[in-house]
Amino acid sequence: MSTMTFGRAINAGLRKAMEDDPKVLLMGEDIGKLGGVFRITDGLQKDFGAHRVIDTPLAEAAIMGTAVGLAYRGFRPVCEIQFDGFIYPGFDQIVCQVAKLHYRTQGRVKMPITIRVPFGGGIGSPEHHSESPEAYFTHTSGLRVVAVSNPQDAYTMIRQAIACDDPVLYFEPKRRYHTKGEVEEGGALSLAPSMESARTVAAGTDVTLVTYGPLVSTALDAATAAADDGVSIEVIDLRSLAPVDYAVVEASVRRTGRLVITHEAAQSGGLGAEIAASITERCFNFLEAAPVRVTGFDIPYPASKLEKHHLPDLDRILDGVDRALGRPNSQSGLEG
Amino acid sequence: MGHGEAGTAGQGQDMLQLITDKGVRVSHPELDPYIADVTDEELVKLYEDMVVVRRIDTEATALQRQGELALWPPLLGQEASQIGSARALRPDDFVFSSYRENGVAYCRGVDLTDLIRVWRGNASSGWDPYEINMATPQIIIGAQTLHATGYALGIQQDGADSAAVAYFGDGATSEGDVNEAMVFAASFQVPVIFFCQNNHWAISEPVGLQSHIPLAGRAAGFGIPSMRVDGNDVLAVLAATRWALERARSGGGPSFIEAVTYRMGPHTTADDPTRYRDANELEDWRAKDPIARVAALLEASGALTPAMEEQIAAAADGVAKDLRAGCLGLVDPEPEAVFAHVYATPNSWLERQQEHYSRYLAGFSADTTEGSN
Ligand SMILES: Cc1ncc(C[n+]2csc(CCOP(=O)(O)OP(=O)(O)O)c2C)c(N)n1
Ligand SMILES: [Mg+2]
Repeated sequence: MSTMTFGRAINAGLRKAMEDDPKVLLMGEDIGKLGGVFRITDGLQKDFGAHRVIDTPLAEAAIMGTAVGLAYRGFRPVCEIQFDGFIYPGFDQIVCQVAKLHYRTQGRVKMPITIRVPFGGGIGSPEHHSESPEAYFTHTSGLRVVAVSNPQDAYTMIRQAIACDDPVLYFEPKRRYHTKGEVEEGGALSLAPSMESARTVAAGTDVTLVTYGPLVSTALDAATAAADDGVSIEVIDLRSLAPVDYAVVEASVRRTGRLVITHEAAQSGGLGAEIAASITERCFNFLEAAPVRVTGFDIPYPASKLEKHHLPDLDRILDGVDRALGRPNSQSGLEG
Repeated sequence: MGHGEAGTAGQGQDMLQLITDKGVRVSHPELDPYIADVTDEELVKLYEDMVVVRRIDTEATALQRQGELALWPPLLGQEASQIGSARALRPDDFVFSSYRENGVAYCRGVDLTDLIRVWRGNASSGWDPYEINMATPQIIIGAQTLHATGYALGIQQDGADSAAVAYFGDGATSEGDVNEAMVFAASFQVPVIFFCQNNHWAISEPVGLQSHIPLAGRAAGFGIPSMRVDGNDVLAVLAATRWALERARSGGGPSFIEAVTYRMGPHTTADDPTRYRDANELEDWRAKDPIARVAALLEASGALTPAMEEQIAAAADGVAKDLRAGCLGLVDPEPEAVFAHVYATPNSWLERQQEHYSRYLAGFSADTTEGSN
């Protein structure tokens, strides 16, 4: 067990995966000598060589498309997309090839490709550097989508993503890269919790608060603050966004009867909508109130001086909790 | 060798030829060495391949017209481009093609029924890519050039001396993927061949809309040596492909070949070329037919006799008969197949949907039982 930052934990997980399997190679922009713009791949090119940690020309479609060709030949490419907002040039290859080749070929060709995406806001950057594009990918069958929220998961789940025979979008909350945590390194993946499982990170009885990635720690802060107010919030870290581990969410909602979902991504057509609909279908009779979404607005990512208005924070989450509980809240009088 | 190195940036690129439209063997100093070993018997084999592939194409078109195939993309006119290139390959080379390379698939040894499985609507792919070292044909225009480049990067990593070959059309050269593939291939110097069949049309769009210079000229801008050959000349295509393979196998990096040919049929069986092209153009190209010219050459030398031609035609008819039988014998997929292989590992979302759908389907059989009581 050692203390390390989130970013260092991903680095250690990548290193372990590369040591374990010579077919694992990394590709991306500036990931070699520079170690990536966030330094996540720091030192890996020096230790594994330029043939396994490949600085590519600047072309995301080509990063994804050549990863497909490498997978055809039995490699396990791990592609770094420099920032969330730069994944779109690679979108076609991800959606039409990476996601569908296993199905298209009736299981003959595997696509064990991991796509690392630093995502989310809160770092005061210009446009295209703070987006949360996960719903595009959770809507695409054939892909697995995970979002990590703490250094231990970051370490373990990057290894699981790489070892998985399906393509995995691995979303990294870039504003948490410097958060420190205890990480148990090594360890057999077979003993780790499944990459598909959600985790209850705070037990509670009044409301189920579901989130992932960067907002997990905000949700935990909200639970602490609510406790002072006599409200008991159960916080669930989804970890896997496609598929969602509904068994865990459903079991919690059956006890609390109330559901709040929070994410940075825009509301309409987002993951919150999917979770609200699925939980309503699965345990409607246990719900005491309509599910509540606390999300980013349906806007292009705003200028950094405005992002505090866009991103759900502790107070907005608590306001949502109040709505779910039927307590006085910002929208009181508008319901119905 | 190759125009890229000459730095001509594609201006005034000659189209190299070894057999004229009329079937006269001409020599070319760049190409001749690559086919010096090709005997008359081997040329007859290439002729036979082209006849068979044309016959397959005719049969598949007929099957579509008869409602047995949903769609078919004819290769009529492009036989020399496909046979000449594919016959240059080794089994351990790997092909990434578009939907039109059925002649290439034939050379790779595809099972005839697998050739039409997709077009009958039975499956989204026909064959196991690893059995014939040819990927599932690509429908997204140009996407496969990146896959070939990535595969070639893998060949390079493995230290093998095989090559990856990307087949694509003239229209595809405008796609970003094709251009990005050439950037990556040049940057990493991987053993990939960009084999562009310029059949003059991308559905209704003439090649002139895609490029103001010969397509082979594009390669120079990426630092990739290229050749522009008569794509209706099976020997020239064979020679150019061998040139590119030699470069690939010896660590020479990527090459680009433009095979100048013509799509004599419609884009697919759903297309109507009379809406956008002049009938005279087709007549001009008919005079450059890839099969007729080899036949003329071989007949003149006595290497191909009328009896042999009859024999070959009969063999081609036999292949067509097998193709038809395989097509009609295909069994419709079971409903469960709709859920199969979306993921390589179990997936809770899909398992639930599959389970619900099975219950739904089971409801129908329960109803039937009730109805019959
Ligand atoms: C990305 C993409 N855009 C459009 C299409 C529709 N489409 C199918 S074939 C075709 C023309 C392709 O022309 P070319 O590359 O010259 O190949 P050819 O059909 O002549 O063999 C088009 C536009 C497609 N399949 N993929
Ligand atoms: Mg074309």
